[in-house]
Order: sequence, then structure tokens, then C-alpha cells
Amino acid sequence: MTLTILAVDDSRTMRDLLRAALAPHGFDVQLANDGEHGLEVLETVDPDVIITDINMPKLDGFGFIKGVRERAELQRTPILVLTTESAPELKERARNAGATGWIVKPFDETKLVAAVRRVAG
Amino acid sequence: MDPMQEILQMFFVECEEHLETLQEGLEVLKQRPDDIETVNTVFRAVHSIKGGSAAFGLGALVEFAHTFETTLDDVRSGRLSSSEDVVRTLLRSADVLNDLVTGARDGEEVDPERIAAQIASLVATSTGGAAAGKAEDAVAEAPAADVPQQRPAWATAAAEEPAAQRPAWATAPAEEAAGQRPAWATAETAEPEVVGYRIRFHPHASLFERCLEPARLLRELAEIGNLSIRCDISTVPSLDEIDPAEAYLSWEIEVTDAPSEAVLREVFDFVDGDCDLTIEMIGDDAEPEVDGVAEAAGPAVVVPVPAAAPVAAPEVVPVRKPVAKAAAPKPAEADAGGQQGGRGASATVRVDLDRVDRLINLVGELVINQAMLSQSVIESGLANSSAIAAGLDEFKHLTREVQESVLAIRAQPVKSLFQRMSRIVREAADATGKAVRFVTEGEMTEVDKTVIERLADPLTHMIRNAVDHGLERTEDREARGKSAEGTVRLTAEHRSGRVLIEITDDGAGINRERVQQIAVDKGLIPADAVLSNNEIDNLLFLPGFSTAKTVSDLSGRGVGMDVVKRSIASLGGRISISSQPGEGTCFSISLPLTLAILDGMIVTVASETVVVPLSAILEMLKPDPGQIHPLGGNETVVQVRGEFVPVIDVGHQLGFARARRDCREGVMLLIETSAGERRSLVVDAIQDQRQVVIKGLEGNYGEVSGIAAATILGDGRIALILDTDAIVADAARNSASRTTFALAG
Repeated sequence: MTLTILAVDDSRTMRDLLRAALAPHGFDVQLANDGEHGLEVLETVDPDVIITDINMPKLDGFGFIKGVRERAELQRTPILVLTTESAPELKERARNAGATGWIVKPFDETKLVAAVRRVAG
Repeated sequence: MDPMQEILQMFFVECEEHLETLQEGLEVLKQRPDDIETVNTVFRAVHSIKGGSAAFGLGALVEFAHTFETTLDDVRSGRLSSSEDVVRTLLRSADVLNDLVTGARDGEEVDPERIAAQIASLVATSTGGAAAGKAEDAVAEAPAADVPQQRPAWATAAAEEPAAQRPAWATAPAEEAAGQRPAWATAETAEPEVVGYRIRFHPHASLFERCLEPARLLRELAEIGNLSIRCDISTVPSLDEIDPAEAYLSWEIEVTDAPSEAVLREVFDFVDGDCDLTIEMIGDDAEPEVDGVAEAAGPAVVVPVPAAAPVAAPEVVPVRKPVAKAAAPKPAEADAGGQQGGRGASATVRVDLDRVDRLINLVGELVINQAMLSQSVIESGLANSSAIAAGLDEFKHLTREVQESVLAIRAQPVKSLFQRMSRIVREAADATGKAVRFVTEGEMTEVDKTVIERLADPLTHMIRNAVDHGLERTEDREARGKSAEGTVRLTAEHRSGRVLIEITDDGAGINRERVQQIAVDKGLIPADAVLSNNEIDNLLFLPGFSTAKTVSDLSGRGVGMDVVKRSIASLGGRISISSQPGEGTCFSISLPLTLAILDGMIVTVASETVVVPLSAILEMLKPDPGQIHPLGGNETVVQVRGEFVPVIDVGHQLGFARARRDCREGVMLLIETSAGERRSLVVDAIQDQRQVVIKGLEGNYGEVSGIAAATILGDGRIALILDTDAIVADAARNSASRTTFALAG
């Protein structure tokens, strides 16, 4: 069964790169521009994994994750955050916000796919 | 194109947008330093550029962007206040960032010293606040020649800094790879023979809350090495007591053929705080397994990996909505059209410029065809039927509308161009030590993309001039009771079907005596010429007029206003000056909305139909024979209100007619070249004034001097479009004798 991934990032380049890295592995990648848009997309798309950036306009990563976790049907959906550093404080904050794991930017395709499989098989 | 290349190209396009946002945001911060929204926007712009650059390994760009981002983070978090000095540093940094992006895109290097200096400046700003700003100003005020010697103390520190400045994430992977030897591992010999690893893993309930599942982790381990797994079910209660959200299981896993412990630990990256985890090496001298936990309670269950799934973590199966793939056209990205996943502020489509130009060409053909059809219908007498006449009319309207809409696709707001000028003003102000306020209006006025590109150089030159020569030095301004800060205004608006761009400064105005003197000195006008104010102002446009200072290193290329005027003319535009001594100068540029169509005068020349661009024509003349004076050697001049204007027999010059004609018959068109020279073109008759679609000839014929392009008229005839500048130049070359005096304005 094809896994669906929702990738949320305000940088078009990053969205393109994520899709380019994930699609060849058989994932169906849906995209959103920022937290607000992401929540909109989630009204009609039910992803197996959500990947989100932190720094975004309108609704940032933390706000987005919070919004996702407020929806009953999305409480078990794994969320991976994209961070530019592996700083422990950021991971802690992401974890507290409800994130499942993280991916460090610039991401390594192999690690990205491994992380996705680790949380969504 | 290789997909990665495509994404990279798109990245550079995105960077342009980010740089624009950055510039805009910093300008806002100048006025409103405490605007949090703007600070965040500015931060994100640099952050995005950094992220993308990192993904593509653009080292210099990443490094600078990182430092820039750090300083912006300081502002964002309140550690650094966005004072005027700080904002100025940020603006300069934005300029450097801009150059780095351009350099990365075009494969050109940016002066590393300049980068290092700006990095040092940013670091100093972050740590020193106002002090750094003042040091910077000291540098800026020093005369240009002294800068190399006067490198401020903190600039030399930059050479030593780079090592410390390496972004945190650059070193992190190396640290992680090293792995962590467990505390109890006795470091006897350097390389103990590792047979495998033993992992003890006991997840807590909180692990499930974070949407993680042990089964997947085990599966991942299975892909790394060979596993032998024992699952401890000793704490699993009876079915009626089971709490699905609780964690009752733990595992002991022996892994062989694993590449390293670090790789194994990575699998458990996300579950760090939500489980008990130990990983130990199993050496050659493997002790018999002491599995206290398993033996204490019931039978240990050795479960092969796949089956672990059903036994493992109780899973709350979510109620899932059907995955609406087909019904998600909004978030989905269309492939070819390149639609942004946008329901953002503006829904846009990125289209290849080639496609747009092809469309414009086709629409041009459509317009020509419509004109021909109309003509044929009228000639055949069918137009008398009101239905047909109405139909033709409607057709004509629709065609025009389609044409306008299509041409509008290429139209872009001049905003990006105006923003570039903002930087030019900054640099010119810094270099001359003047205080300059830059005001823009009408940034959203739309102009054809090519026009914008070709306006960049002329505008840059004029803006620099305005700061360089137009504005007086601060002391002089104050002495005259003017504000210390000079103002340069750049405005754009649509007016009567054209675009009007104006550059105004509130400086000293044109020094007419000096200008006239220079023109006399350079032999451009006779010493005793009497000229009106406007004529003197226009002397600036004469080729060869450049004042000494124009070839300064500010302007660099030593271009004069004559080149500016020619550039504008090549766009089908006109430029004029007006000036008030002591108050200021205004350059006014009028441009057509599009380059694909032309307003032209259809004329007959030696039985050929030819189009003369309306922008070149000053007026039509029907002179009395008495006003026409032949000079020796086939030259003729015509007297126009006291001026003697050389006459050009276009038909003869272009080779349409072998014999020279009698200039006393026919009509004359008084034209002006982009250099301001006036000539009178003799034509047989004037047919019409019309908008024509420009069709290039270069593809088929190469360049033919005197002919700019061609068009197809309504009756199907082909008409050549004249290049009046070239015709005048050719005539001057061919003439046996030159006119004895040049004409001003």
C-alpha cells in the first residue's frame, strides 16, 4: 500500500527537494505552503506521515503541530519536524509540542526515508 | 533538464523573491523598528535562503546566510534592538547576500574580503551593538581612496574568525558519528573483537503517545543486521485487565553483522526519553546470556521479527477518513504548469517566457489576419450588411482585447527594479558622503519584462548622477537653507497608453552656464550660439558631452546621457529634462507599454510602402519650394522655422529608386534621432497612421541597415519598418560634404 506523506514548508525549493527525495521510494507526497495551508489540506488528505518545517509565516511549525494534535483523527499520525540544527532544546520543544521525530536540514535522502519508515513503516 | 538542476534553478528564482522581501522588510524596519511581524518576515527570508543553499552545498552562501540569520535571530528575540545603525548593517548585509546569490547562480566569486568584512560587521553588531555601527560609519566616511589602508581593527579579526563561525550543524554530524561507548565498556584493547550487540529495549507508554511503534523499530533493526529477538511478556496482565495504552512488553535483541553501534542507536533516535535502552557489545568471549528478566517470570518468548507486530504494542487503530487523493487538486502540484501549492495571497502560475512569446507572436498574426479579413470584406462590398459590419467590429474589438491581455502577461511591476535603485542610492550616498532619502511611487505600475530589464542600466546611471551631481554636498545644502538630506524621487505611472517614469532630485539643478561652456569647449556648439534653457538642458544628451566626473568609478563604464537616450529610444521611448536652478532636476521617460507593437506612420516611398515609427517623427512638412536649398554635392537642406535641416532622400538611400528625386515634390517628415539630430525625410505620400505588429526579419535576412523590422498590413502587403537612426547615420557616411555646423537639441 502506498504511504501518503504531507510535507509542509514555506520554501518551494524545500518542498521540491522533499518530493524529489521521497517520491522515487513509492511515497505519495502532498505539499502545503505553511501551517495554515497544512491544516486546510488535512481536511481532505489523511497522510500516514507529516513532515513540517518550523519557521513558516502565518502559522509556524509548533502551531501547526498543535493544531494537528487537536484533531482526534490525527492524534496517532506521526509528525517529523525539519530542523537546521540538532540542538537539544529544539528537539525538546518539538517533542513537547507533539512531534514524533525530526530530520536535520540539509537532509540526507537515505536518512529521510529511514526516518519516514521508522515512524510509518 | 536533470530534476536536481531544475530545482536548483527554481531555488534561485525563489531567492530573488526572498531577497526582495528582505529588502522591503528592512526598509520597513527603518521606519518601524519594533514591527515584530516584519522582523519575523525578514528572519524567515534569510532562513529560507540558508536552508536551500545548504541543501545544494553552496558553501560561501550558507556561511554568510547563517551569520546573517544569527544576527537577525538576536533582533527577533530582543537581544539586539533594531537601531538605525543596526538596520544599516543589515541592509549592507542584504546587499552582500544578494551578490552571493547572484554569484552562486552565475558561477562567479564574490570578493572574499568583502564577505569576511561584512561577517565581522554582523558579529560585531550582535555582540557590540552600537559600537560596531559607529566603527562602520567611520569607514564609510573615509574617502574612497583610503579604505584599503584604513581597514578597521575588527576587520582583520575576520580572517581568524571563520573557524569559530562554522555553523553548528556543520560539525554536528561528525560528533554524532563517533558514537558513545557505554560507560561500563572496559577499554582494554583498542579494537575488541565485536561479534555483535545486545540491545535491551523497554518502551514506556509515552512512546505510543508520540506515535511510535516498537514493531517498526525492530523492523528497521532487521534491515541493519541479523537479529535474534526475545520478547518479555512477563508483565502482560490478563485480557480483562489490559489497558491498551499501557506498555507491557520489552525486548532483548542480539544483533550481528551490524555496521556499528552508532547506526543501531540511530534507530532509537526518536524514542530517547520514552524508553529504557541499553546497547552493549558482545565480544568474542561472550558470556552466557544472563537474562534475568526473562527467567524471573514466565517463559521467554522468542519471536521472529514479522510476527512481533501483532504481539507488540497495543495499537489504537485510528478511524481513518478515506484518503481523498483524487479530491485533492488544491494541494496537489500540477506538473507541467508548475502551479505552486498555493492558496496563498496570490495564485500564480510560472510559465516559460518562450511560451508567452510564442503566444504573443500568434496573437500578432491573429491581429494581422483580422485586419486583412476586414479589408477583404470591405472591398468585396459585403460590409454593407449591418450584420457583417457589426460582426467585423466585434471581431476587431475581441482581437485587440486578446492582444492586450496577452501582452499584459509579460508585464511586471517595476517594484523589483525600483528596489535595485534603492541599493544604488545607498551605495552612491555612502561613496559621496551625502545623506539621501529615496522615495518611490507607483511601484506596482506594470511594464513589459524586457523593458524593465533594459531600463536597469539607464536608470542606474541617472540615479547615480542624481546623487553624484544633482544633489549638493550637505554643507552647501544647509548653507542654502535646504534640508541636509537630499531627496531622490523615482516614480512610475500609466498615462495615455504609455508608461511615464520620472527621476527627480531636489538638488542644485542644471548649471546652464557650465553646460553651455562645456559644449562650446567640446566643439558641439558654436561659441556664439544663443540657446533656450530647454535647449541647453538637452545638450546633456549629445554624444561626447560626458563631463569628466561621469567616468568616475561610481559610474564605472563612463557612459554618458547620450547612451541613456539611445537605450530609451531603442525601447521606443523618449526622454526629456526639465530643471530649475537651485531647486532640482527632473528626467522624464515615456515608454510604450509593449515592444511587440508599434505606432507607425504608413508612407509611400518610391512606390514602396514603408512604416516610420511615430516616436521618431516630430512633424510633417509641406515646405514651399523657396524653403528648400540645394547645397553642393547632392546635399539639400530645408528651412524649418529658421533652422536648416538636412534632407534625406529615403527612397534613393534605401535603393528603392535609382534616381534622386526632386525634393520639392512630395512630403517631408521631420524626424529626430535618439542622439537629437534632426533630419527631414522625403516621402512620396502619407497613407495612414496605425498600430502595427512588429515582425522581426533577422531570422531570415540578417541585419539590413536602415530596416528595423517588417509588418503585414491589412491588405496583405508587407511593409518594412524603418530604423531612422541607421538611415541618418548612413546618410552622413555617404555624403560627400558634411554640414558645416552641428545642431543643438
